[in-house]
Amino acid sequence: MTASLEAVDLHVGYGEAAILEGLHVQIPKGKITVLVGANGCGKSTLLRTFARLIKPKSGQILLEQDVINQISTKEIAKRLAILPQGPIAPEGLTVLQLVKQGRYPHQSWLKQWSTEDEDIVNKALEVTQMAAFADRPVEALSGGQRQRAWIAMTLAQKTELILLDEPTTYLDMAHQVEILDLLFELNVAEQRTVVMVLHDLNLACRYAHHIIAVRDKQIYAQGKPEEIVTEDLVQAVFGMDCMIINDPIFGTPLCVPHGKGHKVTGTR
Amino acid sequence: MPKYMTVRTKANHISLQISKKTSLVFLVLSVLLGLLTVLSLSTGSEYISPIVVLQELFGYGDGEHQFILHTLRLPRTLMALLVGAALAVSGLILQGIIRNPLAAPDIIGVTSGASVGAILFIVYLMGTVSIQFLPLAAILGAAIVSTIIYILSWKKGVTPIRMVLIGIGISALMKAAVTMFLVIGEVAATTKAYLWLTGSLYGASMQDVYLLLPWLIILLPLTFVFARVVNVKELGDDIATALGVRVQIYRLGLLMISVMLAGSAVAFAGGIAFVGLIAPHVARMLVGRSFAGLIPIAAMIGSIIVIVADIIARTAFLPKDLPTGVFTAAIGAPFFIYLLFKTRNQ
Repeated sequence: MTASLEAVDLHVGYGEAAILEGLHVQIPKGKITVLVGANGCGKSTLLRTFARLIKPKSGQILLEQDVINQISTKEIAKRLAILPQGPIAPEGLTVLQLVKQGRYPHQSWLKQWSTEDEDIVNKALEVTQMAAFADRPVEALSGGQRQRAWIAMTLAQKTELILLDEPTTYLDMAHQVEILDLLFELNVAEQRTVVMVLHDLNLACRYAHHIIAVRDKQIYAQGKPEEIVTEDLVQAVFGMDCMIINDPIFGTPLCVPHGKGHKVTGTR
Repeated sequence: MPKYMTVRTKANHISLQISKKTSLVFLVLSVLLGLLTVLSLSTGSEYISPIVVLQELFGYGDGEHQFILHTLRLPRTLMALLVGAALAVSGLILQGIIRNPLAAPDIIGVTSGASVGAILFIVYLMGTVSIQFLPLAAILGAAIVSTIIYILSWKKGVTPIRMVLIGIGISALMKAAVTMFLVIGEVAATTKAYLWLTGSLYGASMQDVYLLLPWLIILLPLTFVFARVVNVKELGDDIATALGVRVQIYRLGLLMISVMLAGSAVAFAGGIAFVGLIAPHVARMLVGRSFAGLIPIAAMIGSIIVIVADIIARTAFLPKDLPTGVFTAAIGAPFFIYLLFKTRNQ
């Protein structure tokens, strides 16, 4: 496996509290990797550390064999894009103005708007189906459109690697699928490496080539969803009893939680 | 119709976009500013017709109004232009890096720092040191106080919200210090200090203009250099880092530019309040969000606000010449309350 990103003996913490301790992991190149785990397990922290938004206490992040803190932050921005959780655009900023900012690492004081910039921004708007909204202020968009606008900005960065922290949070089910389909297509069409944190284990199993389950400041398990997502894993990682069945459409693992609720007899 | 003009050299070595709307607003404001400048030179205790003003300015006058125009009104008008522009751009930068529409040099403590510097100078040094050094004392005060705010806000980097809160706290402390010095100072000195504190262009001389001008000539183009960074920084620290901006270094650099702009303006004109808050908002309403476009527009709006306030201040209550700051505050305070009201749910 060629690693796109690699964490080597990573220790991360806020103040005294350790979040990740001695963690080792590799992100496969050209695949979709999803980080899963319980709330507060450190999966977002891991993603943000990969993208140099958090500085580790010790250990290293390797970006295709290069030690990340030895590369200038602008150079990293040409190779790795990250969309953090719940970004907020300043009031009045239009979608086009937002997406243009994605070109920042490729521009200079003299070279502010090359034909290449223009093509890439138009392409990003088109792929995310935001071209029709280009002149709308970001705050006037619906949740799903707003997320697509931010993803368009991330795409305009034109990086091989795209990291996303819970890109589907606050979206209804249809829009969650829409966003994940978009990322899936990007991966298929352009072989871009996608790494994201998702809360929904079932969607994670459906879209991920590679799943990384985080627990107790460490990697608990990783691999193909159909190989590693089991009832025991869900119990260990989420502390929940469930039954794993095959997704009737995709054949990927589908987690049905035990617990309480109405029982209906008969079939539909 | 396309909204931008794109300028490119053949091989894309140089390329940029210019907003048509911004260009149009720029032209309209330039004309307006020109008219107001002439109006400002015409009005006062003695009315001089605009035609005579223009003749005199371009050297075709008969010299009759030489003293009033060249010694009294011209420096005062030019000071209004420069001070307004400096305060406006200072506020524009602060609102951009702090990501808060309420940020302004008078709110986060830059102005109050300058005030303390100036008061200390007026109360304690005026007899022994020439008044020419008053601006230096004010700039020094602004620089020291903003450094203190910056250091106190530092905890593995400076976050905008911590800076605003600490700024407001320090600002209150500085105002208390000003009051204290006013109370314990000599009456003659405190009267002068009061006038300075309210913000006045009274008695501005060409020498003041020549002292203030270099600050703007250096700092305004420098702001342009940073424009792309501010656009990105307005998306938040995480996104800015993700796009390859070294957030902390640029924040410090931009903050220094903002402090120097506000400090130098306040040094010469006292606490002309709220210009740094209002002008950027008006500019954004006119031309939107692109920072490079906003710099000249905000600067001109700032100049217009101060020049209009000054015309009113010295003509409305003749023969009294009121401090300019009274009138900017009269517009500014309600605007500030409106902004507070508007952002209450954020």
